[in-house]
Amino acid sequence: MAETSALYKSDDVAGYPEVAHDVKARLFDEVKADLRFPDYLYGCYECGICVAACPSARFYDFSPRRIAQAIAREDVALVYQQMEEDIWECSQCFSCVRCPRGNNPGGLITIMREVAINNGLASAREALEGYSRIIYKIMSTGTQVSPDMLQPDAFPDWGPEVKDVSDNLALWRRALPPETLHTTSTGWDVAERTLIELYVIWLESGVLEMIREVDEGLHAILEEIMQDRLEEEGIEP
Amino acid sequence: MTAPVDVVLRKKERFERGTERLPGDFHEELFRLEEEGEWIVDRVREPYVEVPTKYGRTKKIPKAHLWHHKSCGQCGHIPGYSTSIFWVMRKLGYDYHDPRDQTSCTAWNYYASATSNSTAQAAVALRNFAAARETGYFPLIHCGTSYGHYKEVREELLLHPELRQQVRDILAKLGKPLVMPEEIVHYSEWFYAMRQEIAAHQVRNFDGIAVTVHPACHYYKLVEGDAIYDPDIYGGQRTAVVTGLAEALGAEVRSYSTWFDCCGFGFRHILVQRDFTRSFATQRKIEVMKEEADPDVVLTHDTGCVTTLDKSQFAARAHDRNVGVPVMSEAQFAALAMGAHPYRVCQLHWHSADYRPFLERMGIDWEAAWAEFEADVKRLERGEIEFLTWEDVDA
Ligand code: SF4
Ligand code: SF4
Repeated sequence: MAETSALYKSDDVAGYPEVAHDVKARLFDEVKADLRFPDYLYGCYECGICVAACPSARFYDFSPRRIAQAIAREDVALVYQQMEEDIWECSQCFSCVRCPRGNNPGGLITIMREVAINNGLASAREALEGYSRIIYKIMSTGTQVSPDMLQPDAFPDWGPEVKDVSDNLALWRRALPPETLHTTSTGWDVAERTLIELYVIWLESGVLEMIREVDEGLHAILEEIMQDRLEEEGIEP
Repeated sequence: MTAPVDVVLRKKERFERGTERLPGDFHEELFRLEEEGEWIVDRVREPYVEVPTKYGRTKKIPKAHLWHHKSCGQCGHIPGYSTSIFWVMRKLGYDYHDPRDQTSCTAWNYYASATSNSTAQAAVALRNFAAARETGYFPLIHCGTSYGHYKEVREELLLHPELRQQVRDILAKLGKPLVMPEEIVHYSEWFYAMRQEIAAHQVRNFDGIAVTVHPACHYYKLVEGDAIYDPDIYGGQRTAVVTGLAEALGAEVRSYSTWFDCCGFGFRHILVQRDFTRSFATQRKIEVMKEEADPDVVLTHDTGCVTTLDKSQFAARAHDRNVGVPVMSEAQFAALAMGAHPYRVCQLHWHSADYRPFLERMGIDWEAAWAEFEADVKRLERGEIEFLTWEDVDA
């Protein structure tokens, strides 16, 4: 293989299937149908200002300009390729909203990711591998990270202090003066009623259904937890 | 090779903001929708401080009676961050409410995995706002991402009646009305607004302490019109929070050329692709700061930024990179200025980069302070006390 080809992504970078043009067109239509879409793209000068500000463009073969450009040109094949190859590299920092055209390339990527999840695309499944426990945590407990996640084997690159925290966790949590912070498995003490209200939101907004597309096992666990709690409370989902 | 910072700054002095792109004041629509019975606007109440924002609109920052919308990353992994916010507020004598009836904004997960949607995100935000209003306290948002995301949610709700209807239907099932605060307020705005009061309570001298500031992307890039800009700080060209406070406390704020860069957190990257996070945080932020500004401490005002800039240094050190500078929130920095205990209040033992030389620069005997904290832990262990209380930390 020629040396320069290393600068480009290979065709099978994400190991995703080729699909018919009308599938790509449907996915593109789903992106455009999002209610935020008209506020996120006003055409593209192709000036590259977003790229200059973009952290992910510095370390990956990734460019918010290419995203905005492909969508503005309605290049459905390229948009599909980006949904399989590019979108999960974005840092969602929104440095790109300095776009002189008023675009929000990071926001376009948020929408493309949602469509990728809703349709169970290969890139979405791959992106969520190793990530399910985080979704489980946020959806079932109402806080995204918890003190007991600080385990040396999970964060070996964060230094020996992680082990100190993990070894002393229960005591060090009790050494926190705010009364809500004595927890170890949630960020703070979330009231039972609050959690049930959150479950109603996940069910009513269709988020629980989204999980089914990408991780059936996780979906089954979450569904059981939520439905049991709601039934106990006499709430009809 | 990065450009020398003075060259970059000289160029920026010529920059003027075009008037044609000034956004309007969202309050007009906010109050119009209230008049039409669409939602309740939760008003900022006295006492408040008025501060300038990016496009000149005045923003009200309530001083007291605040409902602390906590951050999962702060509470979970850097608990001295939240503790310092509470401690400073207590010291200044302002009452607050630390709710259990609060969920995370869930935006960290949303920006990481997209396993949510606009309706759910708005419903989570407005459930929290309604819960705050039920207590009579006004929301103060601890996390930069929650703050940025809630501003996005507000923009979406202002624009889209169908979204308001979906959220109204969900909240009706919870017996809650739609509530939108008059201002979405980040805790760093409170610290900026209160900087003179904080400085008046300063007991440790910060002369000769050099700091660099990392402004948090989700604070000032997302829905930029809400962020505080002050003509007296950076000529109004960068957000004034954090820097305004550090200067009021007598520290020397040093600039560096990559100040606009993000920290490298990446939402999903910090959890499952940390090679990117570590590389970006050290090569584009910490090393540039060290090379150009050589700070005693890096200050920032968001959960993800403190975590990323602090934790990323350990692995880089193993590769002999030019790292090794403590990282903390300006809330912890302000608490230290006001005499807070470095472990009982600022909980610095949860941080990774070595902060001890910095404490020594401030004249703090960290060995004695650690011995005091260890004695507290022994008392907890022996069951003499159940928790360390607010009274204990100031004993
Ligand atoms: S900054 Fe805006 S106009 Fe320029 S390339 Fe990026 S998206 Fe297009
Ligand atoms: S949001 Fe994504 S595309 Fe935009 S600057 Fe950040 S990393 Fe780049």
